[in-house]
Amino acid sequence: MNKWYMLTVVGKDRPGIVAHLTDALYQGGCNLGEASMMRLGGNFTIMLMVHFDGTIKALDDLIEPVADSLDLHRHIDHIEGHLHEHVVPDVRITVYGADRAGIVAKVTGALAEAGLNILDLESDVAGTADKPIYIMHIEGCAREGVDALRSALDIVAKEGVNVTLSPVETMVG
Amino acid sequence: MTVLNILTYPDERLKRIAEPVRTIDAELRAFVLDLEETMRAGPGGVGIAAPQVGRAQRIVIVDVSNKPKIESHGRLVLVNPDIVKWEGMAVGREGCMSVPDYTGNVIRAEHIVVRALDEQGEEREYTMQGYEARAVQHEVDHLDGMLFLDRLVSRRNDLFRRKVYK
Repeated sequence: MNKWYMLTVVGKDRPGIVAHLTDALYQGGCNLGEASMMRLGGNFTIMLMVHFDGTIKALDDLIEPVADSLDLHRHIDHIEGHLHEHVVPDVRITVYGADRAGIVAKVTGALAEAGLNILDLESDVAGTADKPIYIMHIEGCAREGVDALRSALDIVAKEGVNVTLSPVETMVG
Repeated sequence: MTVLNILTYPDERLKRIAEPVRTIDAELRAFVLDLEETMRAGPGGVGIAAPQVGRAQRIVIVDVSNKPKIESHGRLVLVNPDIVKWEGMAVGREGCMSVPDYTGNVIRAEHIVVRALDEQGEEREYTMQGYEARAVQHEVDHLDGMLFLDRLVSRRNDLFRRKVYK
């Protein structure tokens, strides 16, 4: 039976979260898969594939002491996950501009309609509190070709955001 | 010709430093043909280095001519290659037949000049850029026991492509 779980953890950032959490998982007989861990707005966030031969409850019991001592919120889902299923992106898009509501919805809406499947998205708010700028970086697959995405972005760019699209030609050697 | 077995990491032979070729003869040319066939048999492979098939010698093949819209020298056999000039930097995505199911971003020089012997033992010098230059740098790394994994740049530091503007 497939025993992959997706463990989501969020808590106020402090040193040692990853070390303590993964040690508890290791001691409990878990194997770790792909993960994304990042500090977002002073919180540390974890999305982690965990392979474990027990129930969700048993996995949660393993984590509970660490989560309680570090004040972490956690959530566990059973997933139909597999390793070795990476999809290689063929396009990279960077968007930045003065921060305002709706940038993400507008840009990703236009891109989705033009066939983009997002594999990876990171965004930040930089600048200063009175002049924030929004920066977003996307890697994905252009299922209807890169030109379709370009046309979609041309329209978005007219609204004052700066958009750079580069095809990603992966060199395999 | 034979398709050779490609070593995959963590095979330790991928981390050895390869020896210079001392004699270019019929045996070496036959090996180069096998190496080329192995490269072309791999999915999307545009380059290969002798250490990837377990031969610890400084031999590389690169051929990016099947990629559309890319300038190239066509099929290149580089024996004892030496990159003598670098210019500019760019982030690009790489994968490797010796590291299945993973691709990542790596910084490479945009323009290079590489000196090498060809398979007849003639000295050659090639000036190249972009994708072809990336392929040569990736393959030459194999000769020094380096994989693209040794040069990965973090996702976060990759927001804007590093590029030298002229």
